[in-house]
Amino acid sequence: MALLEIENLHAYYGHVHVLKGVSLRVEEGEIVSLIGANGAGKTTTLRSISGLLRPREGQIVFDGQVINDMPAHQIVYRGICQAPEGRKIFSTLTVQENLNMGAYSLGNDKAAIEANRRRVFELFPRLEERKNQIAGTLSGGEQQMLAIGRALMARPKLLMLDEPSLGLAPMLVQAIFQTIREINSQGVTILLVEQNARAALRLAHRAYVLETGRIVLSGPAQQLLGDEQVRKAYLGES
Amino acid sequence: MGQLLQQLLNGLTIGSFYALIALGYTMVYGVLKLINFAHGDLFMLGAYLGLVTLMSLVVSMGLSANLLVFMLIFVIVMAVVGGVGIVLERIAYRPLYKAGRLPAIVSALGASIFLQNGVMLLYGARYRTFPEEFKTAVPEVMWTFAGARLTLMQVLMLIISFLLMAALYFFVNYTRVGTAMRAVALDHDTARLMGIDVNRIIALVFVIGPALGAAGGIMVGLFYGRIYFTLGWSYGLKAFTAAILGGIGNIPGAMVGGLLLGLIEALATGFVSDAWKNAIAFFILVIILILRPTGLLGERVAEKL
Repeated sequence: MALLEIENLHAYYGHVHVLKGVSLRVEEGEIVSLIGANGAGKTTTLRSISGLLRPREGQIVFDGQVINDMPAHQIVYRGICQAPEGRKIFSTLTVQENLNMGAYSLGNDKAAIEANRRRVFELFPRLEERKNQIAGTLSGGEQQMLAIGRALMARPKLLMLDEPSLGLAPMLVQAIFQTIREINSQGVTILLVEQNARAALRLAHRAYVLETGRIVLSGPAQQLLGDEQVRKAYLGES
Repeated sequence: MGQLLQQLLNGLTIGSFYALIALGYTMVYGVLKLINFAHGDLFMLGAYLGLVTLMSLVVSMGLSANLLVFMLIFVIVMAVVGGVGIVLERIAYRPLYKAGRLPAIVSALGASIFLQNGVMLLYGARYRTFPEEFKTAVPEVMWTFAGARLTLMQVLMLIISFLLMAALYFFVNYTRVGTAMRAVALDHDTARLMGIDVNRIIALVFVIGPALGAAGGIMVGLFYGRIYFTLGWSYGLKAFTAAILGGIGNIPGAMVGGLLLGLIEALATGFVSDAWKNAIAFFILVIILILRPTGLLGERVAEKL
């Protein structure tokens, strides 16, 4: 049984039919990447999984439990955390307070929070240096680290990353992707949404290609990297 | 000199009432971007319930009016009005969140009219005065220095106000749930992704705001000795102004704005004339808002009503 299993998902924004029957699965320990153009429905898929958007049709099963009718804040307690698109850090809170909010679902379990904080600071030593700084004053790369670190504070089984490379310099993108690999090697399953298809496919084990609300292609990431269609449409080759 | 000091003391007292009420406006605005027009009436309800509780505990039940009984009155009234706040949010606002901002504001105006008329029906349309007995609760101590008078009652009210504000400040800045409240004010969806139950945080804001307003209501009643059912309109408007002055959505801003408005009014009363106090206070408000459109401590523009 896969850790996350999505079956025939249909989602709407108002009257706009955004997801038209998306099915995908993520096995425990994998990095799965969801690539596609702007407006294909990548973010909508993540929003449906995390409960911010209620799908009209279809089923989302996580860890053996149907979660598509659960409120968003309860889904976090099941073990899914998300670093949303555009980072969405709490800009007037300090770095430390942002991380504490990431651990909100742990309640007052001080020991667990402290252990997770240590883990996050090991991954991102930069955050420890800046822990008392107001988050809005961090650089773009540091904000992305904070967004990922914050999502890791609850020690999720599944970490969903929405465009972690957005707006970052190429050097930083590499560093962030390196860290994602490291997080995965520590046993966190990862669902990665990216427009930077090349980097995402190099990192992922498997990938899905989303086009106007439908999965048009899927398979091992290596295979997709070599796929004629993918190379033309997403890797900018002719 | 004595005159100046006296007006500063009076201004501080009245300003702390404004500040307590302003906190309710600013906190609700912070998490919902909604002006809770019924907030002034919750404050007024607090004043009436303060009087009613005082009457039943001291006059009917014959408890001696000591400090302990007074504290008990504060606890009871704040709890009851906090409860009314939750009910108000549930039935008047929550069903409308998805409909946008304007319907909720209309509903707030409706709730305001409802509360005002409800209190008028229950307690009558005339002024209600606080009985003489309550005065024995706080010993008639008065200090005079440099020509200014300060009563023990006034000192106690200042202490209560500042303790409540300090407690709120501590809660919002240094506790887990308080931090979650600030997170919700910034971004509901991202707060949900942290596992924060946004509806519960909103409900909590609707307990704390009205409870603080109710404490202000009791004190306004005690301070002036008489209350009336439209009290919420006049004080609510002033406190709302104070919240804007400090920067709406900003908690320390509401405290600063309230105190400042009280001081301006008192100085205007003392050195110009009582009739001009509102004109002067609002004139200064306009000047401040021209220079700082986001209020004294506001960071973001209060762009949407």
